Amino acid sequence: MTAPLLAIEDLAVSFRTEEGEVTPVRGVSLQISENETVAVVGESGSGKSVTSFATMGLLPRPAGRVSQGRILFRRRSGDTIDLATAPRATMQALRGAEIAMIFQEPMTSLNPVLTVGEQIAEAVRLHLGYDRRKAWAHAVEMLGLVEIPDAARRASDYPHHMSGGMRQRVMIALALSCRPALLIADEPTTALDVTIQAQVLTLLDRLRRELGMGVLFITHNLGVVAEIADRVTVMYAGEVVESAPVRDLFNAPRHPYTRALLECMPSRAIQDASGRRVVRSIPGQVSRVERGCAFAPRCADATPACSVEAPMLESDAGRQTRCLRWRELA
Amino acid sequence: MLAHIGRRLAGLLLVLFLVAALVFFLTRLAPGDPAALMLGDQATPEDVARLREAYGLDKPLLLQFVLWLKECATGNLGQSIFLQQPVTQALLQRAEPTFFLAMFSLAIAAAIGIPAGIASAVWRGRPIDQAVSGLAMLAANIPSFWLGLIFIQLFAVRFGWFPVAGYGAPDASFFERLQHLFLPSAVLGVVNSALITRFTRASMLDVLDADFVRTARAKGISELRVVLRHAFGNALVPIITVLGLTLALLIGGAIVTETVFGLPGVGNLVVSAVLRRDYPVIQGALLAVAAIYALINLAIDVIYTLVDPRVRQ
Ligand SMILES: Nc1ncnc2c1ncn2[C@@H]1O[C@H](COP(=O)(O)OP(=O)(O)O)[C@@H](O)[C@H]1O
Ligand code: SF4
Ligand SMILES: [Mg+2]
Repeated sequence: MTAPLLAIEDLAVSFRTEEGEVTPVRGVSLQISENETVAVVGESGSGKSVTSFATMGLLPRPAGRVSQGRILFRRRSGDTIDLATAPRATMQALRGAEIAMIFQEPMTSLNPVLTVGEQIAEAVRLHLGYDRRKAWAHAVEMLGLVEIPDAARRASDYPHHMSGGMRQRVMIALALSCRPALLIADEPTTALDVTIQAQVLTLLDRLRRELGMGVLFITHNLGVVAEIADRVTVMYAGEVVESAPVRDLFNAPRHPYTRALLECMPSRAIQDASGRRVVRSIPGQVSRVERGCAFAPRCADATPACSVEAPMLESDAGRQTRCLRWRELA
Repeated sequence: MLAHIGRRLAGLLLVLFLVAALVFFLTRLAPGDPAALMLGDQATPEDVARLREAYGLDKPLLLQFVLWLKECATGNLGQSIFLQQPVTQALLQRAEPTFFLAMFSLAIAAAIGIPAGIASAVWRGRPIDQAVSGLAMLAANIPSFWLGLIFIQLFAVRFGWFPVAGYGAPDASFFERLQHLFLPSAVLGVVNSALITRFTRASMLDVLDADFVRTARAKGISELRVVLRHAFGNALVPIITVLGLTLALLIGGAIVTETVFGLPGVGNLVVSAVLRRDYPVIQGALLAVAAIYALINLAIDVIYTLVDPRVRQ
C-alpha cells in the first residue's frame, strides 16, 4: 500500500495571545488518499479552520505555530515532506500548485481591484510558467470548467460584478487552475443559499473525480457530508473524537458526540406540541476541561471516570474513536 | 463619468464664489489703508484720497466686490496696488518656485512615508514599527523653520553641498534651480512624511488581514508580491487622499519655508502683500490657492476611479 497523500499525525497548534499560550487544536490525526474526499465536521470553533491553515502553512505569523505532530504530504515528485517544518520557500512553491484551498467567504476572498481572470492567471503564470496570453486563455478555460457562462467575457469582470455563487466558482477555478493533488475546502458552501450550495457541491465532486484529487472538505453540515465524503472525521474542542467511513459513521456512530450530532440533523427534526418542526441541539456549550474527556460536561453517557482519565484515539476495524466507553455503548 | 466631472466643476464654481466673497470682505475688515501705507507719513489727506480714487478704494464695498468679480471672471485677478502689475502676472511669476517646491516636497514625503508606512504595517508591533512610529511623531512635531535652519547650517554652510538661499539668477539652469529647491523640499518632505506614513500604515493594516490577502498567499505568490500588489493595491484610496491633501497644504502653506530659504514664491508674495495691505494681491492669491485646492480634490476623485473599479460605475 502506498503512503497516503496527506497524513496528519497527532497535530497540535498553539497561539501566543495576551493571556498566554493557547492550544485550540491538539490530537488531530487524519489521512487522505488520492481521489478521496475526507470530511471534517464539528461545531464552530472546534479547530477545523486552524487545522487547514496549519496544513497550508498559513497560520497567522508570528502568533501561531505547530507545537506538536507532523503533517506529512507526498509531493508529486514522490518525496514525502513534513509541512509543519518545511522551509517557507518550499511551502510557497507547494501552495497553489500541489495544495490549494477554497475559503468560506466568497464575497471577500477575491481581490476587489483585480479582474477574476487576472487573479487566476497570476497563479498560472507563477506555477505553470505560462506567458501572459497563455495564462489568460487558461484562466478562461478554468472559468468554463466551473460552468461560468460566457467565460471569455466574464474573465474581465471584477468580483463585485458577480454573485456569491459565481465568486465561489471563481475561487474553485483559481484553486484548481494548477491541478493540485490536494484541495482543502473550508466550508465552501456555508455562505451560499441552498440551491447554489447543491450546484457547487455537485461541481466540486465532478472536478474531484476528473482531476483525481484528494479533498479535505470542512463543514459543520452533516447533510453535506453524506453527499460527498468517503470518510468523516469528527472534531470536538480541537480534538478528533471519531473517524470512520461515511456509511459506518451514519449507520453506527460510536462516539456519543457523533451520535448527538446525528440526532441534531435537520432531517431528523421532530415536531413539537404545536406541530412545528424543531431541530434539536446538543445542550450546553464547549468548555475547557482540566482533565478527563473534553466532551464529558455535555455527554449523556458520562460517568465519573470520564472526568478523570482522558480517552485516547483508539483504532478498530478501520475506524477511530476517542471515548472510554465506546465498546460498552455500542 | 463626464457628467459627474461636470457636476463637480459646477460645484467648484459655487465654492470659488463663496471663497471670493469671504476673502474680499475679510481682507477689508483688517485695519490699515493701503493708500496711506504707500504714501507714508508725509502724505496729505488729499494725496491719499487721490490714490484711493485711482484704485477704486473710495467706492462702496459692495460695488468694489462686484467690479472685482467681473475682473476675475475675465481671468484677471485685479491690479496690484504696489507692484505696478496685474495680480495674475505677479502670481504667475512666483508660481514656479512654489509649484516645484510643492511637487518635490510631495515626492520626498511620499518616498519616505509610503515605504515606511508599509514596513510598519507588515512588521506591526516589531522594532521597525516602533522606530517608524517614533520617527513619524518626531517629524510631525518639528517646526519647519527650525529644521530649515538646521539643514542650511549643515548642508549649505558646513558642507557647502547646496546654496544657502534664494532661487538663483534669473537665467539659472534647471539644474541650478533644483539645487536651490533641494533643501527646502527636503524640509517640507520630512515634515509632511509623518501624516503619509500614518495613513499608509493604517490603511495597510486594514487590508493585510483581509480574506483576499489570505487567498493571495494561498496561491503561493511571494510575500513581497502579496504585500505590494494585493494589499497595497487595495490600500491606495486613502493614501491618494492624503497625498492630495498634502499637496494642497503644500501649495497653500509653504510660506514659512519659502521665507526661511528666501525663495521668491507665492508665499513670499502673500506675506509682503499682507504687510502692505495690497488687497488685490491678497485676494487674488487666496482665490488662486482655493481654486487649486478644489482642482486637486477633483483630480483625486478622478484618480479614485482609476485605482478602484468599484467606484467606476
Ligand atoms: N489567531 C488566533 N489566536 C488565538 N486563537 C485562535 C486564533 N485563530 C483561531 N483561534 C482559536 O482556535 C479555535 C478554533 O478556531 P477555528 O479553527 O476557526 O474553528 P472552526 O473553523 O472549527 O470554526 C477558536 O476557538 C479560536 O479561539
Ligand atoms: S469518554 Fe465518557 S464523557 Fe467522553 S464521550 Fe465517552 S462516555 Fe462521554
Ligand atoms: Mg472555520
